[in-house]
Amino acid sequence: MSRNPLIREVPPTTWFFRHPRYVRYMAREVTSLFVGAYCVLLVVAMQRLSAGPAAWQGFLDALRGPAGIVFHLLAMAAAFYHAGTWFNATQKAMPLQIGEEFVNGSYISGAHYLVWAVLSVAVLFFTGVF
Amino acid sequence: MAKSNKPVVWFPFAAGGTVIAFCMPVIVVLGLLAALGHVPPGLSYERLHAFAANGLGKLVLLGVIALSLWSSAHRIRCTCYDFGLRADTLIATVLYVAALAGSMATALFLFRI
Repeated sequence: MSRNPLIREVPPTTWFFRHPRYVRYMAREVTSLFVGAYCVLLVVAMQRLSAGPAAWQGFLDALRGPAGIVFHLLAMAAAFYHAGTWFNATQKAMPLQIGEEFVNGSYISGAHYLVWAVLSVAVLFFTGVF
Repeated sequence: MAKSNKPVVWFPFAAGGTVIAFCMPVIVVLGLLAALGHVPPGLSYERLHAFAANGLGKLVLLGVIALSLWSSAHRIRCTCYDFGLRADTLIATVLYVAALAGSMATALFLFRI
């Protein structure tokens, strides 16, 4: 063992302010809180739906108003940020090789964005938004 | 042979991350429209109930909600660790049990419809 072991102090709660890359990483981490909260809301929604028309109407009414709008805007920002970073990462997580060549990563991410757009438009269409 | 519980945790995490990425934005947009007072016709009791009464609809709803819950639990666990909360076993247990309970509750609610 060396006489002067390197001891690097890493502050456990503020380490990510050292580098903008770490801050972006943590920004993505924080989106999990909003997405998680929205998942809980979806479980509540299923309970209300199973309880009958009056309960479901009460649920929809409870969403209305400034608090509901702010919560949804936060959850929406988190959901879109998570989706974008997830699709950008796909080209690193599953590189595609055809023959000797690797497929350009932007095609892999692009394909995910395309499927996402088609799926989202389809859901909006079938729920009668337009 | 060394045994690991990682694949059990990882598969639903990766599947859930993909499901969240593809489905969550549009679901939140539908919720936002409802919050703004413009409830989309597809979220009316009749249409959503009919969708959930269908076997395939039940499967879609349960799949999306359960995988999203599990993935979120895993991500929140990592987020807690990154923010310096190092009681990992406790946090992991609480979050995974919550995700499992939420999934089972969702299955029960859908079964009743």
